[in-house]
Formats: sequence, structure tokens, C-alpha cells
Amino acid sequence: MVERQGIRGLVAHLILWVGIAVVAFPVYLAFVASTQDAASIANGQMSLLPGGHFLETYTRTIFVGTSGSTREPVGVMLFNSLVMALVIALGKIAISILSAYAIVYFRFPFRMWIFWMIFITLMLPVEVRIYPTYKIAADLNMLDSYAGLTLPLIASATATLLFRQFFMTVPDELLEASRIDGAGPLRFFWDTLLPLSRTNIAALFVILFIYGWNQYLWPLLITTRDDMQTIVIGIRKMITTSDALTEWPMVMATAVLAMLPPVLVVIVMQRLFVHGLVETEK
Amino acid sequence: MSNVTLRNVRKTYPGGVEAIKGIDFAVDDGQFCVLVGPSGCGKSTLLRMVAGLETITKGEIDIGGRVVNDIEPADRDIAMVFQNYALYPHMSVYNNMAYGLRNRGMPKPEIDTRVREAARILEIGALLERKPRQLSGGQRQRVAMGRAIVRQPKVFLFDEPLSNLDAKLRIAMRVEIRKLQRRLNTTSIYVTHDQLEAMTLADILVVMNGGMVEQIGNPLEVYRKPASTFVASFIGAPPMNLITLDADEIRAQFSGDARANTEAGILGIRPEDLLISTEAAASGGLSLDLVVDAIERVGAETFVYGARARHGEPAISARPGELPPGEVIVRVPGQNAPAVGERIMVTAPRERLHLFSADGRRRIDL
Repeated sequence: MVERQGIRGLVAHLILWVGIAVVAFPVYLAFVASTQDAASIANGQMSLLPGGHFLETYTRTIFVGTSGSTREPVGVMLFNSLVMALVIALGKIAISILSAYAIVYFRFPFRMWIFWMIFITLMLPVEVRIYPTYKIAADLNMLDSYAGLTLPLIASATATLLFRQFFMTVPDELLEASRIDGAGPLRFFWDTLLPLSRTNIAALFVILFIYGWNQYLWPLLITTRDDMQTIVIGIRKMITTSDALTEWPMVMATAVLAMLPPVLVVIVMQRLFVHGLVETEK
Repeated sequence: MSNVTLRNVRKTYPGGVEAIKGIDFAVDDGQFCVLVGPSGCGKSTLLRMVAGLETITKGEIDIGGRVVNDIEPADRDIAMVFQNYALYPHMSVYNNMAYGLRNRGMPKPEIDTRVREAARILEIGALLERKPRQLSGGQRQRVAMGRAIVRQPKVFLFDEPLSNLDAKLRIAMRVEIRKLQRRLNTTSIYVTHDQLEAMTLADILVVMNGGMVEQIGNPLEVYRKPASTFVASFIGAPPMNLITLDADEIRAQFSGDARANTEAGILGIRPEDLLISTEAAASGGLSLDLVVDAIERVGAETFVYGARARHGEPAISARPGELPPGEVIVRVPGQNAPAVGERIMVTAPRERLHLFSADGRRRIDL
């Protein structure tokens, strides 16, 4: 393509490469910084090539933590973040797929009314209802617990809406064929609807996992104990140590570590996702 | 015994729309019953009521001597083939057929035997591991039938199963469905809007219109003696020519027949019963002067469209599916046909004429 389009193609590619560099360079720099020693970064003499402290910095970051005495090792934070992101993502999917199933396939009083109630919560993100949510979490003794970190974020109007729209595209005849085949409502859900929703679930999982992983305000409020903090909070706390030197290599190592799980999820799920797209009969 | 009996079956939707307005008929054990009618006539609704997918507002549906009004579809001992096949897209062909049996808790070896037997009958043995999306339309159709066969139900229900196939395949599958039904000897109810399918498949034909039955009977009987102008124009292609006559014309045409000479009516004559002729029909027969205005040649036969050349003739009532006012279709065997613009005379013998009441609802037997 480049040869054929000559100069214009070359310019286009140049622009693309510049774009990639602008996005990727900070990430590269963070990785490089995490392999240098603290002093050379503090001096402003950081090399642009990876230094020799890779293993040392990462082992210390994951298993020991910064020298500030109250800080937990990043391994703990990673675990907390992982639990939070996974529970939020899976919880949201489970709850929203079930509520969408109820709304689409069952006739019960106030059905549309309930649907609109769920829909309206879209207008109220966590930040808007943060005080009442915090109050409830506190009253239920959920501070500094995984339940407190995850439960208030699980209800999801967006995912419910998405599943509802998808269910409405599933032909009615499938439900009718299932009924004739002797499958009750739960059977139909497990045997037919859930397998058909695989692609949607994979896509949602990616989005929701990253949403959960990147949560900042809510974990900041709900957790005070160091061993409950998530990695996103952890990074920030590492930087604002006023009484000591910021250990930049470890901060950068933490940042790189914080980036890895979402990237992994995207890569793994994308395969499933594309696979699912190819499989569906459209 | 697996006969199906409908007694004064009615369906009213919550909005008050009456889809089925009281239907009675019976299908005997092993018979092939076809419900035919234009779209919106309620034939699919009626079939879905038999299947248990729609509730019955009034009346009774009886399958094999058991009233099934309040019985779940799965427990009615029926199997249904849907228009879009409704195969489970994520399951293999084998699992599509086995699913219903598994849900019934049938032992695995028996499921296997039944699925393989059905696959053998339908010649889809090589496709068992494929997913529906890897199949052609005709193969999907077979799988859908396989899913019905493995159940060994009392009644097969078909909801326009061939309308998604191309014309050639449709004919092949039509013959095959008929053979299969004869072989399995299972009572079947088949819904279609295609009169040709209806004629070729049915043991009993139920012609429906506007939520009511227009006529029930053996297909040839329905063709020979349509009970109303609706049936006359629906069964048979091209449709029967219908000519509105006033009382005087009726008297002139049917002179001496006491049953016909009272009031205005509608005269019916099938395109295949009209002959191009040089001399007028014998006494009591029909003669029409036409100006040919279009010719359709389909090879084995030719359709001649003619406008009636007599002046002052009454217009034919223009209902959907009927000819435009004043136009008459003549079916001529072979390819010899008059030229467009030519004046011709067509005749039909007395015994081929049909007479209906002026509103078209009633046949007057002559």
C-alpha cells in the first residue's frame, strides 16, 4: 500500500507513527524509570534506556512495599484491585442479565415502570449519590471490606439496558421451540439465552473490569486500612509522602503493574469476542 | 388415537381484537389437514393455539381425546416446525434434535437411536455435528423436521415451513413432507398461504378468512364447488373469473332454472374452463366476447387476458385477489394464442359455471 500511494501514504504513516510515539512514550518512560535507581531519577539524570534494577525493584514492590512503614506490598493491592474489579464485573453481569431476562420475558405488574426506574438510575453515577451510599455502607458495617468496595457499584442500568436490547433481538420462535421442547424458564435461560449472550458478556466484561479496576473515589472513601486499599489508591499514596523521598522507581513499577491486568483482560477477551462475533449467525 | 378436534374455538386479544371467531373442525387420526388463507386470516394464530403458544379464549381443543386448553405445550404431545425453523444456533444438529428428549429425561441410548433414525430418514446423517449456521436453507428445514420427528408426537404442526425456501426446493420439500407424513402416518396440521401447497398436501383443506372458516373439505371438492367467491378466487391459480350479473342477466343466462332466476348474483368461471371458440356455446352455456389486452406465455400454457367487449356490462367487484373490473383470464394449453388487440369469443359449457349470491358469501348450486 505504501509503495502504491507514494508520498501521500508515507506522510500518513509518519503521522500515525508520531501518534503512536506520543501515546506510547510515557508508558515506555514509566517502564524505564521503574528499572533505574531512585537517586538518578531524583537528580533528573534518568537514562532513556532501561537500567539494571528491574528484578530488584519489582520484587521489592510486589512483596515488600515502599519503606514508609504503614505501606503494604503492592502484591496485596493488586489482589484487592483484582477482587474488586472481578466482583464488580461479574456481579454487574449476573444481576443485569437476570433483570433484563425478567423485564423482557416475563409479564408482571409494573414491568415497564420497573424498567424505567432502572433506566433512571443511569442519571445518577456514584459521585452524585456518594453521601447516601457511604452512609448506608457505613451503617451496614461494610467499611474496609470487600463487600463495601464492591456491592454499591454492582447495580448497573447500562448493562441491563444492553442485555434487554439484545434479548429483544432473539427471535420469539426460539422461546416457543424451547417451550415445546419442554424447557422451563430457567432451562431456556441456561441452555439458550446464556450461550447466545456469550459475545455480549465478553464485551461487557472487558468494559466493566476496567471500570472496576480504575475506581478511585469510592475505594478512597470506603477503605482506610492499608491492607484493603486498591492499587490505584496505592499509587497516589506513594507519591504524597511528605516526610520522605518519593521512591520513583517503585511508583513507576506499581504503575506498570497496575496497567497489566486490564491489558491482559482486553487481549484474552478480545480473542473470545472476535470468535463470538464470527460464530453468531447474522 | 390422535385425532384433533376444535369446538367453537375463539381468540380475543386483550385489546379486544377478535382474531378467531368460532371455529369447529376435526382432523382424523393420520390425516393431513391444511389451513389456508390470506395473511391475517388467523390461520397461524389457530395453529399456535393448538400448539399451546396462544391461550384459548373460548371453546375447546381436543388432542387424542383429551382437552388440552390448560396443558403446557410440552405436555400436549405435539411437535412444531416453525417458519424460520427456530433451530438453537449454538447447538449442533444432533443436540438440536436431542434437546427436547433430554429435557424429558429420556435415557441416552434411546435418544441416540431416535436421533440417528430421524437423521437417516431425512438424509442428514452426515450433518449431525454441524451448527445450524453451516447448513443451507433446505438442510435447516430438514433438521427442523428431524426435531419434530424424534419426539414421535401425536400431532405435527407446521407453520408455513416452506416459505423461506426458493421455489425449486419448495416443491421438492413439499413432496417430501407428504411422503414423510404418509410414512409416519402422524396426524398433521399445516398452515400455508400458498394455495398450491394447500391443494397438493391436504387430505382436508380448511380455507380461512377473517378469523372464520370459509369452507372445509377435500381439496378437489373445494376446487370443484367453492362455497363462496372468496374460496373461488383463493383456490386455483389464476383465480376464478367472477362476473357480477343483475337479475335480468341471471334470468337470461340460467333460463328455466328455478333456483337461479330470482335475484342478482355473481357468475364464476375458471380460466381453464373457458375455450376460445368460433361459435356460441350450446344452450345454457356462457359466451363472452373479449378484446385481448395481454398475453402471458409460460410454456406449457398461455394466459390470455381479455376485456369484455360487450357494452353496458356490469363491473366485477374489485376485491383483493380478484380480477380488475371487466377483465377475464382464459387459460389456453400450449403456446398458440390470439394476438393482443384481437377480438375473440370464449365459451364455457353450462356444467362448468358457478353461481354465487350477490354478496359472494353463498354458493347457489345449479
